[in-house]
Amino acid sequence: MERREFVNKGIRLSLLLSLAGLTGSLLQNTFSDDYVWQIDANKCTQCGRCVTSCILTPSAVKVVHIHDMCGYCDLCGGYFKPETKNLTTGAENQLCPTNAITRTYIEDPFFEYNINEDLCIGCGKCVAGCDAFGNGSLQLQVRHEICVNCNQCAIATDCPADAFKRVPANKPNLFKGFSGEGADFKT
Amino acid sequence: MNKLFIYIFLLLNLVLLNSVSGQRFPKPEFEKGHTQPELHQSPPRMLVLEYVDVIVLIVALSIASYLIIKKRSRRGIFWLSVFSLLYFGFYREGCVCSIGAIQNVTLALFNPNYNIPITTILFFILPLIYTLFYGRTFCSGVCPLGAIQDLIVFKPIELKKWTQAVLRIIPYIYLSLSVLYAATASDFIICKYDPFVGFFRLDAKFYMFLLGGGFLISGMFIARPYCRFFCPYGLILNWLSRFSKYHMQITPTTCIQCRLCENSCPFDAIDKPEELNIQTDKIVLIRKYLLLILIIPSLIFIGGYTGRQMNNVLAKVNPTVQLAEEIFRYNIKIKNQKNKLPENIEVEGFKASGKTEKQLFTEASVIIEKFKTGGMLVGGFLGLAIGLMLANLSVYKYRKNYTPNKGECFSCGRCINFCPIKIENNIKIIIKKYEATQ
Repeated sequence: MERREFVNKGIRLSLLLSLAGLTGSLLQNTFSDDYVWQIDANKCTQCGRCVTSCILTPSAVKVVHIHDMCGYCDLCGGYFKPETKNLTTGAENQLCPTNAITRTYIEDPFFEYNINEDLCIGCGKCVAGCDAFGNGSLQLQVRHEICVNCNQCAIATDCPADAFKRVPANKPNLFKGFSGEGADFKT
Repeated sequence: MNKLFIYIFLLLNLVLLNSVSGQRFPKPEFEKGHTQPELHQSPPRMLVLEYVDVIVLIVALSIASYLIIKKRSRRGIFWLSVFSLLYFGFYREGCVCSIGAIQNVTLALFNPNYNIPITTILFFILPLIYTLFYGRTFCSGVCPLGAIQDLIVFKPIELKKWTQAVLRIIPYIYLSLSVLYAATASDFIICKYDPFVGFFRLDAKFYMFLLGGGFLISGMFIARPYCRFFCPYGLILNWLSRFSKYHMQITPTTCIQCRLCENSCPFDAIDKPEELNIQTDKIVLIRKYLLLILIIPSLIFIGGYTGRQMNNVLAKVNPTVQLAEEIFRYNIKIKNQKNKLPENIEVEGFKASGKTEKQLFTEASVIIEKFKTGGMLVGGFLGLAIGLMLANLSVYKYRKNYTPNKGECFSCGRCINFCPIKIENNIKIIIKKYEATQ
């Protein structure tokens, strides 16, 4: 038994040392902040998989409207279906399948568009419309207050555009043409 | 001709304007002083809370170790499991857990581009250190996956020894594959097929609920099926726990061989006393060891070879390889049928990325080549594991008392309640006095 104890002690010590070594080598490549998942809006193709691939229902991916980039158009490519004749808020005219975008009259000829994130399912139809006909002020982003921050994001594995990234939690957005902090633009 | 120039001028103007402002329609200047709504920010969880989680983990591990080794309290462990299930399970909703952290650590070791957060390192390393000192107290009442299974053990049945032995190979396969896929930055399979995280989040894919439900229902009869026969982290803890400094004991003093604890463990982790049975026939002994010396290396070799040959199959999990295959299949389809093909999201996505097919195919073939080494290592490791399991059969066992198997025991403390010897404070003093007289 004496000998067994001695061997055990030796193995225990060497295991502890190797754990310390492992921690040491990990610490060289460490990062005091946390990671969160985000969509790189530059890569996103609005394929619509964010709706179904997220482990949450509805998805943690929502459309974010960057008003700084919006042209406040009457004929909004993100709001109306392309074949729309009368620019009214009728359901048959709306691109959004869940009526998550509200259109409010501001002054002639400007309209403001706001997202109701509780209704948005993250399908990106409006994003595609705004990209095609407008300024691209509607962009899909992961909303971190909803996202449970899975160790492996299920959408990231399914994303055909490889647009999902781990980003540092202190810079949690990846907008296209917009830094996300102030009213500055990048082209 | 003039008109053409005007058009070209207008077009140039448009292009130039576009590149200056970056917008097709400039933002209007409102006359009636409309203020635009602010950008709706969604800040991630505060970093402080992540460190709070680590502190809760340390406190929970310490309490578990104290409860099981000093206090010997099953009831304490039970309430600690309830707490861990609520905190680490339902409040924190699973990620990052110590089990999944295996993959983050592997990814960080093999991929210098991935900076691993300190909290993840701590979640991985702390339970290992505690296990090295106090046994698998992490499993007893800190791990939320263990807790959810421990709380539903209803009528545990004893599995046949050989069934257990076969099922015990699964964690080796699971661990080696998850390390392989994390090292090649392919996928985090432990997280993907975590059966209980769906319950913690109250939201998951249907098949994951089915899997989790299956584990929970079978877990009522086969106690802790995930912990015993799947958990890759449990396997590491199993090996560390064998060399732990302290470990839970069934009896606080000396065993009186009353056999009350014999069937108390729902996990079959109590080793029964065994007679000393030394094989004296030297020829049989030599034959045994020769066989082992031959079997273990050949198992490693066979495993390594099979793993290497299976690199194509193994690499199919990698997203780059998957995409390359998809494109390849799509191209063949285009060649075979001339009419229009249905839209393929993967192909569209790939075209939008601006990479050429040749680049993709070379990338994929490099990855498949890497999987040759990876598959060989995985196969060799599995061969070694099975070989050592076989070797373990011929190790002499000699035990006087009923003892918990240090590797398999989850330190849940159920057996403690079955032991008739209880140490109350006054009895402790009596025993000390008795021992002094001896």
